[in-house]
Amino acid sequence: MSVADFAFYCFASVTVASGLFVVLARNPVHSVLWLILAFLSSAGLFVLLGAEFVAMLLVIVYVGAVAVLFLFVVMMLDVDFSELKARMAAYFPIAALIGAVFLAQLVMVFGVWQSSDGAAQLRGAPTPDPAEIHNTKALGNLLYDQYIHLFQAAGLILLVAMIGAIVLTLRHRTDVKRQDVLAQMYRDPARAMELKDVKPGQGL
Amino acid sequence: MIGLEHYLTVAAALFVIAVFGIFANRKNVIVILMSIELMLLSVNINLVAFSAYLGDLVGQVFTMFVLTVAAAEAAIGLAILVCFYRNRGSIAVDDVNVMKG
Repeated sequence: MSVADFAFYCFASVTVASGLFVVLARNPVHSVLWLILAFLSSAGLFVLLGAEFVAMLLVIVYVGAVAVLFLFVVMMLDVDFSELKARMAAYFPIAALIGAVFLAQLVMVFGVWQSSDGAAQLRGAPTPDPAEIHNTKALGNLLYDQYIHLFQAAGLILLVAMIGAIVLTLRHRTDVKRQDVLAQMYRDPARAMELKDVKPGQGL
Repeated sequence: MIGLEHYLTVAAALFVIAVFGIFANRKNVIVILMSIELMLLSVNINLVAFSAYLGDLVGQVFTMFVLTVAAAEAAIGLAILVCFYRNRGSIAVDDVNVMKG
């Protein structure tokens, strides 16, 4: 067994095991941490496949942004998760049944699946020799050339998602004091201070 | 020698685990969202494996688009979740049907 094979079995088993712990963990914080491990080990699988750029993207986007977002939300919401978990055992049989059906279907598809003879001729963009053009550059050449419209659409999706998330979570609270910059700038001594002539022995 | 089948098996296992997680954690929206992320990850593994073994770079381009959509979906889903928690004080999915007419 070569080193690459050993690495594949390590990463694959860690990916599947941590995926299992994501759905079974009692504490959602642990779920998120297992999710991070699943992303990291599948990034290792991508490196083994020669897709370095996608692997690094997985680490940066999934682990660096999405998983941390999950962690933020899990920790910020004050939810009694033990109550939510209490009825998990009741759903176990139906979930296992549906999972088994899915697995059987995938096995059936896998059993009859085979590549067509002309598959090699139907490639949309043959991978260039990694010795000449490395993965990142080849992806960039393809993405900014053939797929530029899809790339911009992806940017638009992110923009819409950002605006949507901000609109959904933004709220103006009226019970907090805020800084009013304009009021501070237009303040002058004449209006800020009022002189009162108070007679002795009298209050205002 | 590791072939395409090995990677497809890993992706299939991950997908089935995610489907199982969605149904086993029906009350917990956060774990459901994480299961959806796992599903998209298994799809990504499939795309990259086919891309590597067929020598076609388009699979990796599409992996990036799936990644983009997954990030957007997580952001929107968690924003809806925070909004829902503010209004109802819980994240129980059973209460979501209060809006039905």
